[in-house]
Amino acid sequence: MADRRTIRTDYLARVEGEGAMTVVLDDGRVEDVELRIFEPPRFFEAFLRGRSFREAPDITARICGICPVAYQTSAVNALERLCGIEVPEPIRMLRRLLYCAEWIESHALHVYMLHAPDFLGFDGAVELARVAPDVVARGLALKRTGNDVMALLGGREIHPINVRVGGFYRVPSVRELRALVDPLERAREAALETVRWTAGFDFPDREVECDLVALVHPSEYAIERGRIRSTAGLEIDAAEYDEHFVEEHVERSNALHSRLRDGGVYLCGPLARFALGFDKLSPLARDAAHEGGVDGACRNPFRSVVVRSVELVYACDEALRLVDAYEEPDEPYVAVEPAAGTGYGVSEAPRGLLYHRYRLDAEGTILDAKIVPPTSQNQLAIEADLRGVVAANTGLDDDALRALCEQAIRNHDPCISCATHFLSLVVERR
Amino acid sequence: MRAVLIGVGNRLRGDDGAGPAVAELARRTLPSGVCVVTCEEEPSRLIESWRSADVAVLVDALEPAGAPGAVWRFDATGRALPARSFRSSTHAFGVGETIELARALGTLPRRLIVYGIEGAVFDAGSAMTEEVVQALEGVARRIVDEIEEATCTSAR
Repeated sequence: MADRRTIRTDYLARVEGEGAMTVVLDDGRVEDVELRIFEPPRFFEAFLRGRSFREAPDITARICGICPVAYQTSAVNALERLCGIEVPEPIRMLRRLLYCAEWIESHALHVYMLHAPDFLGFDGAVELARVAPDVVARGLALKRTGNDVMALLGGREIHPINVRVGGFYRVPSVRELRALVDPLERAREAALETVRWTAGFDFPDREVECDLVALVHPSEYAIERGRIRSTAGLEIDAAEYDEHFVEEHVERSNALHSRLRDGGVYLCGPLARFALGFDKLSPLARDAAHEGGVDGACRNPFRSVVVRSVELVYACDEALRLVDAYEEPDEPYVAVEPAAGTGYGVSEAPRGLLYHRYRLDAEGTILDAKIVPPTSQNQLAIEADLRGVVAANTGLDDDALRALCEQAIRNHDPCISCATHFLSLVVERR
Repeated sequence: MRAVLIGVGNRLRGDDGAGPAVAELARRTLPSGVCVVTCEEEPSRLIESWRSADVAVLVDALEPAGAPGAVWRFDATGRALPARSFRSSTHAFGVGETIELARALGTLPRRLIVYGIEGAVFDAGSAMTEEVVQALEGVARRIVDEIEEATCTSAR
């Protein structure tokens, strides 16, 4: 009789949200891998219809408690562009600083609390904290620095309320920003230690084969702006996104699955940013990457924990540069009048590319909105990656295989609440 | 004597909003020195909010168990919350896990009381269940009494 196994995880811990995964093995062959996502689909897109364009940054910030700045930024990018506004440089730099704060918070949470326990054989961060409290305290301190920057620039630590179309409601004084220097310098040191720590983990062999997609910018590591580029050579503006990427509904999941229009699967996130923008990292972050054994050629998703650690170094380093260069703008925002038409905006959320599209009437009422979070874009790539991980490890027993699959999912730091915005793992052997 | 009240939950998800709703109700009658915070998504921020507090009271929604609106009180100062009673699903970290993390790190407040209100509906965009709404005032009153009593005891 054929050995048919199903490994199922109905509640997938340590990802941002909830979901389920099923792996079906038939006589040692991988028959099916599926990631199911539950949640009221497109709740926020519907919610935005009929609202003023000025409300979009505050409404979309509520989609996720981990990456609200990403939502705000893609929203204002789309709307400002439609309305013919380019924000002054000090405001753009403040937005980049706010975004660095979100990367610090999100990456510190993921690396220390969610992902590292997998590599060290702990059930979670609580067990890790009992054995290595200093390490966990370092992660929390890093995260707190992100929170502090967020609170200063965003008005509060979560769901920041200070970003508006055209700029900010209030900008900080130079003196207020200078107060961030000491904590950011300490955070940068902690981030360098994080790279040394994670680089010492054991990494299973694994390479992703699909295209990698990220924003690029000629003069900086792309975060809050840039053009969309793929490792296969595509390079487009945000306005061309819908021509090259399609979303399809899959019966089992509330999330829409993204593909390249030619059917190709792609991955966005830290590995993609490294592949396409490694040379734009600061010298300190590049050196840390080399010391940690990762560079732009890294395709092993298990090493994404090191890549995120290097991005932590970069975010702290870049935040310090931005604080140092800051000059208070004359006005916290520029006046924006609505324009009828369609606006497109992108930015690099901690988990990858985040696309927004808004159609407005002449009064600035939102007629429709489209939001494509990184986790929906990554879902097919995560399934393909899991298929490879399972195929290479069919000899493991169910518990070990389930643990490895969970770890492989966490490699991609899926934010399930954004993606649909939710996730639970089943390994089925038949 | 530093006291803090923390309401945990997401107001956009039906009964999950019970924690923040109680915190808001209690805020109206609590002594002005009591810090009231709401935590919507990511309870590792809890550790920050109760840092150096003498007494912290936390209120959150509980998993459905057939009695929506039922209220449950637990002294978590010396022992862990019973597993899986609180909704940790939408959070990267559950309340119970966060409390144990703080215990391991030695950053628990001197006294930590947890109130739970059993919920029924946690869908995005849904309204709070009637039984849960009815429970809010009573829980807020109990918490205010408890914090006032702790404050007075320490003042004596």
